[in-house]
Amino acid sequence: MAEEHNMRRVTAIKNGTVIDHIPAGQALKVLELLNLSGDTSVPVSLVMNVPSKKMGGKDIIKVEDRELTQSELDRLALVAPDSSIAIIRAYSVAEKLNVNLGEEVRNVVQCTFSNCITQNLREPLPHRLKVTKTDPLTLRCHYCQRPQDLDELIHNLL
Amino acid sequence: MKGLITMDDLTNDDIYSILSDAERLLPVARGELYLPLLQGKILGNLFFEPSTRTRMSFETAMKRLGGDVVNLGDVKTSSVVKGETLFDTIQMVDGYTDIIAMRHPRQGAARYAQDAARVPILNGGDGAGHHPTQTMLDLFTIQQSHGTLEGLTVILAGDLRYGRTVHSLSHALVRFGCRLIFASPELLRMPNEIVEDLREHGADVTETEDLLGNINQADVVYMTRIQKERFADEDEYAKVAGAYKLHARDLDNAKSEMIIMHPLPRVDEIHPSVDASRHARYFEQAFNGVVARMALLCRLLGIEVPAKIGGGDA
Repeated sequence: MAEEHNMRRVTAIKNGTVIDHIPAGQALKVLELLNLSGDTSVPVSLVMNVPSKKMGGKDIIKVEDRELTQSELDRLALVAPDSSIAIIRAYSVAEKLNVNLGEEVRNVVQCTFSNCITQNLREPLPHRLKVTKTDPLTLRCHYCQRPQDLDELIHNLL
Repeated sequence: MKGLITMDDLTNDDIYSILSDAERLLPVARGELYLPLLQGKILGNLFFEPSTRTRMSFETAMKRLGGDVVNLGDVKTSSVVKGETLFDTIQMVDGYTDIIAMRHPRQGAARYAQDAARVPILNGGDGAGHHPTQTMLDLFTIQQSHGTLEGLTVILAGDLRYGRTVHSLSHALVRFGCRLIFASPELLRMPNEIVEDLREHGADVTETEDLLGNINQADVVYMTRIQKERFADEDEYAKVAGAYKLHARDLDNAKSEMIIMHPLPRVDEIHPSVDASRHARYFEQAFNGVVARMALLCRLLGIEVPAKIGGGDA
């Protein structure tokens, strides 16, 4: 019941993408990760800090008229690795997707180490962070091999 | 193995095999024999930071083996100062040469260059990161003196925070089951992430501020230079640096086969009275830079070092 009530806090969408089970308070970071925070071309609804049986509290995002791609959604691994995603078509769930962390986060964020070679943004090779552990999430820069501070990393979105 | 960026690019077997090649190349490094294994090959020396020993020993190694060298020259007058990216510089040098030796102030630069290049890259130091060719010459020196790399007690002393030499060497020694004692002032301790990493690999690591009190346990004492500019004022530097200096009289109770190493240049941390002692190895170590780099150049260029050189045994 609580889950159903949460979903109705904002109206059902006809077509688009619903991202559920985002850790409470992280929805704004998710929008930033998806480059949606400054995008005024599509309607976006946000529900924050609603009760969740599984997580205690959670955030939900609904993006209308846009189906996010798997590679866009994989960017969520940094803040919401356990979120569940539904592609909606004609008010029904057409596809369910999961976030795939993979072995490497490529061209999503810049290494946090101030003396890494990738600090020169004119260098053309991709920014690459290797996943060395998934629980807790631990990343190292492919180039300088420095471990990354996740809180700091979120400010280094490309 | 394409290039040598960190010691992780080498297995322990690779290390033993390269050290064995180096041993056989000694008469060539000394100039007693001419063996043009690398004739027709060109090394590109890309030093974006000052270097004396590393750059010169790469150049000597290449020339002793009949190869040739082109240099980037002074960074201040090269295209780098015009804002050229490392990627573009590498594209150019990649076309001119068969192998590149590189030093760069930014960490990760060597890995970046290897991703951008067709030819092998030899990392000659990247920021505070890695310096694997120095590690290979250090391992060669240790093996030459002790006949083994395994199970030794090694003190690394001085500036362990900023010294990339000691970072690379620690990782390598742990792979051979060595016990490590890090002796440094509090301010210049080995970075936590490295100590944790070493311990995760099962290393026996002790951290201390006391160098002299631990010397009698050591098979190897690896000294490094403490730089004045790391300290807020000169008095603090003088107070701290004094505890990390070796004098011949400090070695009375050392094991007879203990060796003292230093990547050089030294300032005051090893008194000249130590030079004549049986323990001093730093000048041989500097010479070994040539022979270790000869073996590495051959390995990365796919040139086999003959099992017998000039009548000597393999």
